[in-house]
Amino acid sequence: MIGIEHYVVVSAILFVLGVLGIFLNRKNIIVILMAIELILLAVNINLVAFSAFLGDLVGQVFAMFVLTVAAGEAAVGLAILVIYFRGRGTIAVDDVDRLKG
Amino acid sequence: MIQTLAFYLFATLVIGSAVMVIMARNPVHSVLWLILAFFNAAGLMVLVGAEFIAALLVIVYVGAVAVLFLFVVMMLDIDFSEMRAGFVKNFPLGIAIALVLLAELVLGIGAYRAGALELGTPSGVAAPLADRANIESIGAVLYRDYLFLFEAAGVILLVAMVGAIVLTHRQRPDGARGQQDIGKQVRRKPDEATVMKQPTIGKGVEL
Repeated sequence: MIGIEHYVVVSAILFVLGVLGIFLNRKNIIVILMAIELILLAVNINLVAFSAFLGDLVGQVFAMFVLTVAAGEAAVGLAILVIYFRGRGTIAVDDVDRLKG
Repeated sequence: MIQTLAFYLFATLVIGSAVMVIMARNPVHSVLWLILAFFNAAGLMVLVGAEFIAALLVIVYVGAVAVLFLFVVMMLDIDFSEMRAGFVKNFPLGIAIALVLLAELVLGIGAYRAGALELGTPSGVAAPLADRANIESIGAVLYRDYLFLFEAAGVILLVAMVGAIVLTHRQRPDGARGQQDIGKQVRRKPDEATVMKQPTIGKGVEL
């Protein structure tokens, strides 16, 4: 029988993979954004699993809010990426230093 | 039995495609693996009876966010092979940090299994309704206890949409092709925009 631990383990692995993705693709901001989506997915799996196994719907409601924030974050992040690329012709994270004094 | 099998299938696929998301050479492939990961995560959520969140995951992530990623990846003309330069160099540090993080998380789960931790008990105010679909129960909780938060979520989405449009909207220089001059469009009269012709039969119209 599948218990809550199985779900927590899966979401823990997903979370770690997301963090690893940020470290491995330090130059590519698109993949970094995708890794952040993976982290948020792990959080969502955790919330839904706890909500289902404890019989409390608040977790699922909260997962919806996480989804909202993830969608907004992706939209604004990619918009910033597009205008940055228009101005500089590159999206390498190392070159992002215009705010440096 | 079938539930266990399905769980392991979905769990393996979601983890495998997550690995491919961060390892793929081409970001387009990363996005496609991300879509597979979301589908399988939705499957995992269906297994515990959270159909609404599962459907939302497919609609919002696969239908909107992943397509947005695809658009951006394909719009930008970038040499992605150059971006992987630090991949091998960062590998040991990344793996080390990931292993430490995983060890910490496993430690927490081990502590729970050993009985040192207890799960919280639900308050009972948001229990799923008996004999009702998942979405009906969520709706009851959402519109009863979380109405203002729900509207705040709507405001967040509106602000994100307006922000994305304002950021990417490009004001073209005057006279450039594709420039829309609303005043000019409104001032236009029918007689300067259209021409009446009386074509003879069997001949074309010359403008």
